[in-house]
Amino acid sequence: MLQSYLPALVFLVLGGAIGGAFTLLNGVLGPRRPNPVKNEPYECGLPSEVKRSFRFGISFYLIAMLFILFDIEVIFLYPIAVQLKAFGVFALVETLVFIFLLLVAFVFVWRRGALEWK
Amino acid sequence: MSHAAPLAVVNYSEDWWIQILKAIVIFLVVLQIVPLVLLVERKLLGRFQSRYGPNRVGKFGLLQPLADVLKLLSKEQATPNTAVPWMMAIAPVISIFTATATLAIIPFGDVGSWGDHFGLYGIDVSIGILYAFAFGALAFYGLMLGGWASGSKYSFLGSMRSAAQLISYEIALGLSLLGVVIQAGSLSLTEIVDAQRDYWFVISQFVGFLIFTVAGFAETNRPPFDLPEAETELVSGYNTEFGGMRFGSFFMAEYINMIVISGIAATMFLGGWHGPGPAALDPLWMLLKIAGFLVFFIWVRATLPRLRYDQLMSFGWKVLLPLATLNVLVTAIVVVVS
Repeated sequence: MLQSYLPALVFLVLGGAIGGAFTLLNGVLGPRRPNPVKNEPYECGLPSEVKRSFRFGISFYLIAMLFILFDIEVIFLYPIAVQLKAFGVFALVETLVFIFLLLVAFVFVWRRGALEWK
Repeated sequence: MSHAAPLAVVNYSEDWWIQILKAIVIFLVVLQIVPLVLLVERKLLGRFQSRYGPNRVGKFGLLQPLADVLKLLSKEQATPNTAVPWMMAIAPVISIFTATATLAIIPFGDVGSWGDHFGLYGIDVSIGILYAFAFGALAFYGLMLGGWASGSKYSFLGSMRSAAQLISYEIALGLSLLGVVIQAGSLSLTEIVDAQRDYWFVISQFVGFLIFTVAGFAETNRPPFDLPEAETELVSGYNTEFGGMRFGSFFMAEYINMIVISGIAATMFLGGWHGPGPAALDPLWMLLKIAGFLVFFIWVRATLPRLRYDQLMSFGWKVLLPLATLNVLVTAIVVVVS
């Protein structure tokens, strides 16, 4: 059972190895000639005024919240989807109720303007 | 179709040495496809824009990708003084790592295609497609860490955008495949291909296919959804500060992701390895379908302009999400009633 995951492990190792090899090889082969101007973050002509403690729009936070909500919907639907044929009408009614409830939430979110990008 | 019922059940596993060997072979084959796609893309884009594309290095420019890699390897990895160096070092590795991990589930043929004792896929497990979602969700850490750790405002904006874009379209991506799962009654990719013996699911799940294609473009950051890069406004987005092969790693991860999305599309909707001819041709059909989808990727890049960010978000949430939910509902009702 668990042995069927062995190739996945090989892929993980190979992926990590080739990524690491690229970075390491580049570190060995590439030159290293830093100077004060080169070490500044990229900017178009102006002197750069970048600080680590950036602030960003609250809209991104809202999107992340909505994502968690609806991604859980998807994950809940997958087990039902696999067994839908076996359980027939019972599972279908459950799915309909579930999606209807989420639709209510979706309409609420939409009407409150959470989906408008500002 | 090409062969009888599969000999294997889900979670079938061969001897450990066959498993390791076939994983390495699949990985190497796909690794050879990446530079090929790179070259074909530049050639085709050239033709679309009435120019030749690369034709100097080797015959037909065949050695161009190799030359590019060698050049990138010998370039400096500049790190700005606002950056977090170790995070900048691991971000591209995470990107490549998650992209190759997802490759494992794409089936190029079944047990019995090339021999009765091994299947032409990395893994065939009961969670099937959920494995791809898991690593697809991890992929965004590469972009996010890379952009944040650079300490540049363009990188930062690019990574915030890519995070919001990836999670918005991930929902549509997940919902679009639900119809197929309902019809096939399984999450295992080989069983889903096997369920397409009589007809491809692109016929019964055409809406799902369209949603998957659009969401797949957004998930791989390909035009017209390449807002995380957006050269015209963000210089190069999340990878602005990355030079040398670190940039190359991000680039390669993007192309592996394209191959993975094409592979999943071919498996879930286009009948996977099914095709005329003997069973031994199965991997060929699969590769042909993947190649066709990749050309479609390139064609769309040459055709469509980039979306505006608010258009992108409202399209994902207000069009794709309701449409995908509706598709699931209709499929569920039809499958249960009939």
